[in-house]
Amino acid sequence: MSQASEGSRSLHLSQVTKEFAAFRAVDSLDLDVPHGSFFALLGPSGCGKTTTLRMVAGLETPTSGTIRIGDTDITYAKPYQRPVNTVFQSYALFPHLDVHENVAFGLRRRKSKEVDRQVSEMLALVELESQARKKPAQLSGGQQQRVALARALINRPDVLLLDEPLGALDLKLRRSMQIELKRIQTEVGLTFVHVTHDQEEAMTMADTVAVMNAGVIEQMGAPAELYENPRTTFVANFLGQSNLIAGKVVGREGDFVKVDMHGIVVSVPFDRAHTDGGEGWVGIRPEKVLVAEVGEDIDAPGNHLEGGVVTDVSFVGVSTQYLVRMPWGQELQVFEQNTGRRRLFTHGEKVDISWRPEYAFLLDASQDAHAGIEEE
Amino acid sequence: MSLVAQALRWTKAHLVLALGIVVLVYMFVPIAVVVLMSFNDPGKSKNVYRFHDFTLHNWAHPCGPAGMCHAVGISVGIGLLATLVATIIGTMAAFGLVRHEFRGRSFANTVIFLPMASPEIVMGSSLLALFVARGFGGRLGFWTIFIAHVMFCLSFVIVTVKARLSGLDDNLEQAAMDLYANERETFWRVTFPLVLPGILAAALLAFSLSFDDFIITNLNAGQTTTFPMFVWGAAQRGVPMQVNVIGTVMFLIAIVLVVGGEVNNRRQTRALAR
Repeated sequence: MSQASEGSRSLHLSQVTKEFAAFRAVDSLDLDVPHGSFFALLGPSGCGKTTTLRMVAGLETPTSGTIRIGDTDITYAKPYQRPVNTVFQSYALFPHLDVHENVAFGLRRRKSKEVDRQVSEMLALVELESQARKKPAQLSGGQQQRVALARALINRPDVLLLDEPLGALDLKLRRSMQIELKRIQTEVGLTFVHVTHDQEEAMTMADTVAVMNAGVIEQMGAPAELYENPRTTFVANFLGQSNLIAGKVVGREGDFVKVDMHGIVVSVPFDRAHTDGGEGWVGIRPEKVLVAEVGEDIDAPGNHLEGGVVTDVSFVGVSTQYLVRMPWGQELQVFEQNTGRRRLFTHGEKVDISWRPEYAFLLDASQDAHAGIEEE
Repeated sequence: MSLVAQALRWTKAHLVLALGIVVLVYMFVPIAVVVLMSFNDPGKSKNVYRFHDFTLHNWAHPCGPAGMCHAVGISVGIGLLATLVATIIGTMAAFGLVRHEFRGRSFANTVIFLPMASPEIVMGSSLLALFVARGFGGRLGFWTIFIAHVMFCLSFVIVTVKARLSGLDDNLEQAAMDLYANERETFWRVTFPLVLPGILAAALLAFSLSFDDFIITNLNAGQTTTFPMFVWGAAQRGVPMQVNVIGTVMFLIAIVLVVGGEVNNRRQTRALAR
């Protein structure tokens, strides 16, 4: 396939706004999803991700803005006029049709040739050949999910939309379906736009994740980039966990910004400092923080903090999670891998903590340090 | 152990089942009597309500009593026609009430129940008053009965179809549209097949209501005699045994419809299991 036609099938949203009565669900959204990518829209419920998906599917009409696939404007096209198919959260399988006819539905509407052969091939892809003559009600949740996927995929849409497709499955099944979905996406090479509130699911499957909050995209990028270098407190907290410590910018030294946190000066790489003002939140992921006995030499030059007290110890097998109260009263989270080389610290023990400066990030002080927490 | 003690013990262990059997017996005794009496030869006895002798005469000559089969024909005719019209109008009304937002929708939903709740004698007499006031007093008969039956069947049809329609997942129609079905195809391929069981149930209900009705019919029938009116009239003198034959036949038709539906379901399920 030529480069031009690949580009002509990518999805573009520009300045898309959707208002319901007095509520603005989606606010001037700009989004470009390249053809063939696995794209995740991640956010808490009510953030506008499902509304965005439904506008792309044609099930909602934007209040303003345009939606294009390649050069074709589909903003106001009927759902059945766009090269887009959806895997619904509830699957929405037709209960009166068997699996074969459910999957064949789209092909039959478009008067496709060799429907039976195509359906058999698609059922083979999702490993459901033997269930072709069953009704949806006779299938398990995981099987229904795969029928819903096959029913959408068989039409080879330019964009396949997945609305929390794994939400109804139990944890174990969800993990195996994540791998399965990723395998199928690679195999068919279509654009997948996946809506989810599960950050682990988004990071596992997607090439690009857009974190959405209150109708706007907070940050977009590869999963590792979002996780390692969040630009907002919402992203820092919603994607994994973060320690956010208030600080004042005191100067710059080479590629590093110096920040005074309650009297302790730490360094943050300049390209990870996302604040303009003199104040900010120094962020560090709990697994990047090292904990050690008082005075012990830790392998993390640069940011060394003394005077911590262990206030909580949770042993979770692969790791141990500590809460360490710092001299200024804040409790920081520290995750340590149980490699067996270090002993466990106990409640009440005095410790020092440290982290490598290149792992820290600096966020704008005007943002809420608790944004994105417990919003599953 | 005595038989009584055994029966008591069984009842204690199966209380729900025992109660269920009692209720079923209670419900089916009248029907069993009708079936039995359809084979009754009352002989010279004046008491037609006592089984005297077995005969097939009633079944061989179902139209024996003068005017009875004519009355049955009228009842079936009105029943079919009223069912057809009430089901079509009622189904459309149910779609309107469930699918469209409009001013006065909740009011309309409440008003729908009124004909079901108001006494038949009130509806029947007010309808008669209306017909007479409009100058139809001399033309009461088949068509006035038909109009009355469509009226009282409508509520039941609307309520039955509405229940089915409200239970329908909106996502199914959205999924159909998403899969390239336009509005018309979505309706005929997805919506209608899924609502059809509700429509059929509504039609059956409407027919049995129409066939059965006496009070409203009697007030608006003029010189026309429906089957319930015939039975009522005959009961003054002693019901002819053939009435039981008609009753048994109606019962058998109902059984065939219900059992047929069930067998069809099971056959589908078995075919799928293979």
